[in-house]
Amino acid sequence: MTRSNSHSPSFEPTHLVFAGLGGLVLLFIIAPLASMVLNSPIADLTDTAADTEVLNSILLTLWTALTATLLISLGAIPLAWLLARKQFPMKRLVSAIIDLPVVIPHSAAGIAVLGFIAPNSVIGGAAEHVGIRFVGGAAGIITAMAFVSVPFLINAARDGFAAVPERLEKAALSLGASPTRVFFTISLPLAWRSILSGVVMMWARGMSEFGAVAIVAYHPIVTSVLIYERFGAYGLKYARPVAVVFLGVCLLFFVVVRLLSRGKK
Amino acid sequence: MLYIKNLGVHIGTFTLRDISFTVNRDDYFVLLGASGIGKTLLLEALAGLIPLKTGSITRDEEDITHLRIQKRGMGLVYQNQALFPHLTVLHNITYGISRKGMTRAERLAFAHALAEKVGVNELLHRYPNTLSGGEAQRVALARALATKPRCLLLDEPLASLDPHARSSMRTLLRSLHRNGQMVIHVTHDYEEALSLATQVGIMEQGTLVQTDTPTRVFQHPTSEFVARFVGIRNVFPGMLETSNTAQDDTAVFVTEGKRFRVLTSVKSGAGILLIRSEDITLSLNRPDSSAQNCFEGIVTDKAPARLGLEICVNIGVEIIALITSGSAQRLHLHPGSSVWLSFKASAARFIST
Repeated sequence: MTRSNSHSPSFEPTHLVFAGLGGLVLLFIIAPLASMVLNSPIADLTDTAADTEVLNSILLTLWTALTATLLISLGAIPLAWLLARKQFPMKRLVSAIIDLPVVIPHSAAGIAVLGFIAPNSVIGGAAEHVGIRFVGGAAGIITAMAFVSVPFLINAARDGFAAVPERLEKAALSLGASPTRVFFTISLPLAWRSILSGVVMMWARGMSEFGAVAIVAYHPIVTSVLIYERFGAYGLKYARPVAVVFLGVCLLFFVVVRLLSRGKK
Repeated sequence: MLYIKNLGVHIGTFTLRDISFTVNRDDYFVLLGASGIGKTLLLEALAGLIPLKTGSITRDEEDITHLRIQKRGMGLVYQNQALFPHLTVLHNITYGISRKGMTRAERLAFAHALAEKVGVNELLHRYPNTLSGGEAQRVALARALATKPRCLLLDEPLASLDPHARSSMRTLLRSLHRNGQMVIHVTHDYEEALSLATQVGIMEQGTLVQTDTPTRVFQHPTSEFVARFVGIRNVFPGMLETSNTAQDDTAVFVTEGKRFRVLTSVKSGAGILLIRSEDITLSLNRPDSSAQNCFEGIVTDKAPARLGLEICVNIGVEIIALITSGSAQRLHLHPGSSVWLSFKASAARFIST
């Protein structure tokens, strides 16, 4: 802690007010989650954890969100590098388009994606021909998750690349490296922490998506939809344990990923 | 040989225009100019990192203006070294070693030889953030040399070093040059230019205003800018000889038969002597002062300077003294008149080359 004024060791009243207000916001985040956990009896939680419908939905959620993230990252990471390094016409428009999925209602996003991949659309029809079923299939879930969560990866990766000094890339080029080699040996390794953080954020955002997924593919059922379904059919008491178990699984994954990313140099 | 002809670059707020110079195979070419006038940009243009707007670059009869960066044979060393922070010193050095026709063992042996040459062989497994400024600069140099560049491009290589590291880096650069390395070095420090260069180019407002040997640029600046930028008019190449008197902390500098007493920690060797024109005193009779250098000479020229008058006195070599107009009138100084000239041993500055 640093103290800005040397004459008084006591708290600045202003800072005290800030801390109080900030504490209220923290409480606002923690309290509902804590009450949800505390209001779920252990027996309900163990029953829920053993429920195959719940387990299947959690597994489905984890792998579809991860697949969406990894597939999209193949194009999102190079795009992020371009945005960080190059000037091109309508760059601001491109940046604005990337942020669109964050600001539009997710049910609207779902409707948009559905129209795009429905069996009667060009892409949906073509996919059906090769045996991929979007609507009501895992591919649909992946598409919906990817659509709403991609800005998180692109923005984080772009900031990561922008923080790599351009001189390092220039130095590598002048040492005879091809642009591809410079990207893989200099830019990517130096930006990887931000990229990984973006990957985790995108994955998390994908897993938590409800609106777009429910519209594109209600079944097979992902956990967010399952929670909603149990709430609608049986009420809060039955939805809560599923939410708590899912929350636990998510937290576990993020803690592990964060620890891994901190351990590496 | 490298010919740069009418080079022009325009990036953002920087503009370089109509830059032409030639660097011979055995040249150490120093581009001297104030900070922030695009010297780094010029090096990047030569390296091929930024496109030229006009002009051409020819290397040994071959036009390399549009050649890819990788094939130009230019080894660029940035001022802040730009070492790859996630790679060890060894991997920084091996980064640019061509994989063609070399086994891994040969590449490693080459890297070790380079590290030995620049004196970083003890540091090979360290990361850049653990190196001192001088060590990092040596690693950056080794990394650039690993590509076996025809021409080494150095951006202020001594600027961020402490005095000790600076002097040993100068020695290293000189030895590289002696062993046949062509070098283009940009700096804002005229001492670097004098101590290293075989040719000096002075940059002003995005263009090259004078190119010549270091002593000639300093002795005969072609424009007021050059004169003001280099600042020092009395520049003499010569030899330093150890003083005979043991208790003396001065040495004797000999140039064209003239002997000057110089206060310096250097004992002997070739070098350049600098005397600021404002440190030179003129008088009609032999002065009785602490100044150890007194000579009688003939005024050969009188010219107004930005402030005061420049009086050129021949004492066997020509020395320029800066005096006020009032003093000139009082002493009745005109071309042909006889005058005594004196300066203190501590006013003469020796730079070894």
